[in-house]
Amino acid sequence: MSGNAQLAAVDRDADQPPAPTSAAPVLIGYERVGKTFETAQGDVVAVHDVNLEVRRGDFVTLVGPSGCGKSTLLNMAAGLFAPTEGTVHYGGALVAPYNQRVGYMTQNDHLLPWRDVLGNVMIPLEIRGEPRRAAEERVHELLEQVGLRGFEHAYPTQLSGGMRKRCALARLLAYDPEALLMDEPFGALDAQLRLKMQIEILRLARELKKTVVFVTHDLDEAVSLADRTAVFSARPGTIVRVVDVPLGRERDLLSLRRDSVYRDLTAELWDLLSPNVNDAEG
Amino acid sequence: MATQVQTPIAPLAANTAAARRQAEERRRRYRIWLARAGLLVFIVGFWQFAAGRLVSDFFIGKPSEIAETLWLWAVSGKLFFHGGITAIEALLGFLLGSAIGMLIGIVLGRSELLAEILDPFIMMFYSLPKVALAPMFILWFGIGIDMKIYLTATIVFFLVFLNTYAGVRAVSREQIAILRLMGANEGHILRKVVIPSAITWVFNGLRLSVPYALIGAIVGELIASNKGLGYLLADASGQFDTSAMFAALISIMILALMLNFAVRWFERFAMPWKAAETRREMSI
Repeated sequence: MSGNAQLAAVDRDADQPPAPTSAAPVLIGYERVGKTFETAQGDVVAVHDVNLEVRRGDFVTLVGPSGCGKSTLLNMAAGLFAPTEGTVHYGGALVAPYNQRVGYMTQNDHLLPWRDVLGNVMIPLEIRGEPRRAAEERVHELLEQVGLRGFEHAYPTQLSGGMRKRCALARLLAYDPEALLMDEPFGALDAQLRLKMQIEILRLARELKKTVVFVTHDLDEAVSLADRTAVFSARPGTIVRVVDVPLGRERDLLSLRRDSVYRDLTAELWDLLSPNVNDAEG
Repeated sequence: MATQVQTPIAPLAANTAAARRQAEERRRRYRIWLARAGLLVFIVGFWQFAAGRLVSDFFIGKPSEIAETLWLWAVSGKLFFHGGITAIEALLGFLLGSAIGMLIGIVLGRSELLAEILDPFIMMFYSLPKVALAPMFILWFGIGIDMKIYLTATIVFFLVFLNTYAGVRAVSREQIAILRLMGANEGHILRKVVIPSAITWVFNGLRLSVPYALIGAIVGELIASNKGLGYLLADASGQFDTSAMFAALISIMILALMLNFAVRWFERFAMPWKAAETRREMSI
């Protein structure tokens, strides 16, 4: 393996000033986490021996080949199921079923097709029992924020892919969870739209001071968004390396491609991931 | 400068293209209706010609006599009285059966254990041809209008129940998980996801049930009754009046069409997002 020289280079990058949030308290903590699923074909180890700490206000990306258990980690942080081994902590306590302090966004936006945009974003506020008028005002504000003004009464089937994402994002922000768990949310979008949504999510995360755990299989996306990025091996997935991304918090995603730090870092991580390419599943 | 000229023209061209497409579509619909009307006139005309000439009108009646019978029934009010009775039986049976079907469908859809326990019993009842229950129902409820309502309700129940159950089971589990993360309780899940998501299936069941609702009502009337369209049919048959039998059949058909139309209208009213879906241009 020719990885050692590159790893050294990554370490050199890590010597640069770290992200300002690194002193913040840990919000999500994975400790020696493993998860095995029982299937008809026998047990499948999705992840094993994962150690990761996500600090409050951090933007952490998890990157790795498809099926390496990144989503499994998000699901455990949300309390959808418990780990088979190890522990997952949230805000200092063990995660219990349905961790309501997190918001979840997946590649499939899960908008309710029978509700229009307004109705979809209203849902979390309705659940919380907020008075209708105040809730509607808040929703209008959010739609303005994500650029969906004028589409309040469109049904999801009438929206484009990007607009559906914006709607799902507005719904996520409506109940103001302190952490956002995002599972390849922009996976199905074309490159331009994707970049636009990335800029948007980065801006919103900073503005609203959200902690974000963002799963992607796209290395460029992982590096350009993250304060820190965790690189996974193929299944059974485990973290190969956690890297600080020294691009600064006020980075400009549009000109990132010309940034030498960005270029070097993605090249390093690409080499780290590439041994997996040979045994990737079709 | 070129761009300044082009901007106003582009939408205009699109407009005329759309208008042309619309006009073409109108012409096409017009031609189809014309063909249908022509076919109907041909069939009725041939029937009228053949009756008494090629085939004895004892067997096939005569369109002119059918029309006359219908007209007489209409002016004497007989048609509306008997049609009304059948409509009420079918409608009340339909409402009763579908309400219970939806309720039980939702309950069993949400409770896996209960569904598993009840499964063989439900399937046993389901495989029984419901009209075979008619004699039993006469014993229990007499030969009045309520017996037909219950018979109809029994038939409709299963169709709506099975569809509702399948609909509730098909609700996306991720969708439910996402709402749970927002703090939703079982009531929220039921009201905001399960029921609206099952409603497409429910309407599927309702639409399927319309002809069956009429089967319940008509069979009930055929077996034991002195009113309703089924009674008119049985009465005409007893008098060997073929034209009157056809007149009764046509009345039943019209009633079925009206019920179908009502369900479709209600469907559009209850699921406006479906209309938005069909308005959208198809793309894969």
